[in-house]
Amino acid sequence: MTMIKMALRSLIGNGLKTWLNVFVLSFTFVLIIFMQGLLEGWNRQAVTDTVTWEIAGGQYWSQKYDPYDPFSIDSSAAVVPSSFRKEYDAHDIEPVLYAKGTIYPGGRMQGVLLKGIRPDQHLLALPTYLLKADGAEIPVIMGAHMAKQANLKVNDLVTLRWRDVNGTFEAVDIRVAGIFRTSVPTVDIGQIWLPLDELQKMTLQPNACTILITKPEIPIQQLSAWPFKDQTELTKQTAAMIQAKSKGYNVFYFIFLSMALIAIFDTQTLSIFRRQREIGTLVALGMTQKQVVSLFTLEGTMNALLAILVGTIWGLPIFVAFAVNGIHIPMDVSSFGVPMADKMFPYFTLKLVAGTISFIMVITALVSYWPAHKIARMKPTDAIRGKAL
Amino acid sequence: MKTIVEVKNLVKKFPIGDGFFTALKGVNLIFTEGEFTGLVGPSGSGKTTLLNIIGTLDVPTDGDVIVLSKSVGNLSPKEAAQLRKEELGFIFQNYNLLPVYTVFENVEFPLLLLKMSAGERKQRVLETLEWVGLTDKVKSRPSQLSGGECQRVAIARAMVKRPRLVLADEPTANLDAANSHHILQTMEKLNRELKTTFIFATHDEKVIGYLHRIIRLADGKVVEDSSPLNSPKGDLKSESSQGTITNNNDLDSSPSGRLGGAL
Repeated sequence: MTMIKMALRSLIGNGLKTWLNVFVLSFTFVLIIFMQGLLEGWNRQAVTDTVTWEIAGGQYWSQKYDPYDPFSIDSSAAVVPSSFRKEYDAHDIEPVLYAKGTIYPGGRMQGVLLKGIRPDQHLLALPTYLLKADGAEIPVIMGAHMAKQANLKVNDLVTLRWRDVNGTFEAVDIRVAGIFRTSVPTVDIGQIWLPLDELQKMTLQPNACTILITKPEIPIQQLSAWPFKDQTELTKQTAAMIQAKSKGYNVFYFIFLSMALIAIFDTQTLSIFRRQREIGTLVALGMTQKQVVSLFTLEGTMNALLAILVGTIWGLPIFVAFAVNGIHIPMDVSSFGVPMADKMFPYFTLKLVAGTISFIMVITALVSYWPAHKIARMKPTDAIRGKAL
Repeated sequence: MKTIVEVKNLVKKFPIGDGFFTALKGVNLIFTEGEFTGLVGPSGSGKTTLLNIIGTLDVPTDGDVIVLSKSVGNLSPKEAAQLRKEELGFIFQNYNLLPVYTVFENVEFPLLLLKMSAGERKQRVLETLEWVGLTDKVKSRPSQLSGGECQRVAIARAMVKRPRLVLADEPTANLDAANSHHILQTMEKLNRELKTTFIFATHDEKVIGYLHRIIRLADGKVVEDSSPLNSPKGDLKSESSQGTITNNNDLDSSPSGRLGGAL
């Protein structure tokens, strides 16, 4: 208690110097928590968006389907198992057929992945109702990024060439029925969505599909020909990509943390020079060297405590405001290859806040201890005269 | 009279380059309770070194120093700190006040280390500040005080715990004549009223005039140990009472005049 009182007196007595340190440290606290919250929010948003746009409750993959082997895509489809008949009719399970194709927008040739889906599906956020459009040409929808790449607009016609299951080339004009905006690049980049029955006819694969997307509540069936992939497995890659990108942010994290710690370390180290006479006096007045170390360590740690208080006062309203209203991302980030919405919502967990605070508290105590430990080795007689260092 | 400090054949050497500088060369002294003694000598004579060893801030190279029945050479750092905390008071040439503390907090500090209750601390601090005539500066910081006032705060800090021995290293070196006399009168009064033992290290003639016992050191050895029968302090006192010290600081009219009653 006495130590706390002494450390507090020193902190208050140091006035502006203390408050400058506290502000720098509080800035670090807030910034680190905010950046981590942003990454956490991004992660959650990416997973949620991927589930909403692509995964739903999980996917059954045709045994022959290998997403990493583009040459086998055309031959990876299989007939929808009869055990899914009830769910199929109720639209609780949605088949998607994959096929390779080539489009010729403006005389250029561009390879695409064709995805056939039922227009009246309701498991994914895709605006597949646009595929119901009447007309001579096959209606297709695509993501904004794909449309931009191919320089296509709604109602534009473009020639599509593909091969059927026998390897025969066919070609037809398709019409862009709709362009959707999504934060999930895996349903956008290089892909064209068209009605499932059209694609089945085009590829001569009646009733076939490559994957089956399920509604979340549907009981999982164990079928050797259709292995099931749950949400965790399917979003693993997204999470891994975000984690990889977050490493770049960690550089900033450590720069800011280092700045704050250098400020504290600097103050504490300078204290050795500036306050050596004071330290000698404390020893002469009856403090042990251990007590002096404790006092200075406590003083440094109290900087962190005050910074938490100050950071809470000015940081909390900022956290709440951004968590509620989100942060607009002005740049086009679709090329990142990671789902990123136009607006990001930071997500602050108790674990994140408590973890960051604890981490900084420990680091602060350490950088305060080191110079204090050096103080303790001073000869009191030299310290009193101010010539120990 | 009870022996408070006994210095036995004390030798202190400091390493310098490849060799040693011998600051004290076999010093033998005895200090009894209630003494008002000065270690007098030129710079480098060893007076501060002797004071530091008596104050347990340094250790002998050879010989021994017994302070309040405890051998300085055999004390652990913790035991030495305990002795300083409970029994010793220090007054320094540069005052060595804690700059971020107020006058009250500076004087209160030794009592905090003794874990005294808040009420008792307050009473003691105010009482001690009354002795040195600084009750109106309680909330001031050292930077707002004059040199004389700072030294009075340092005296109050040394005296607040009622130590048995006060060690003062050149306490008047940074003070003008008027303040020096006032400081010395204060200390002499405390010595007389509280029976606190004072040991000074000084070469200031003004201090020497107040001393009851003068130990002259030269080249690390005691060359004279005398008790002046006719101290010139009476003359100096008359000098200070002629108006050099303000009435507010005049010990005879200040609350310190009631020192005995307060105790």
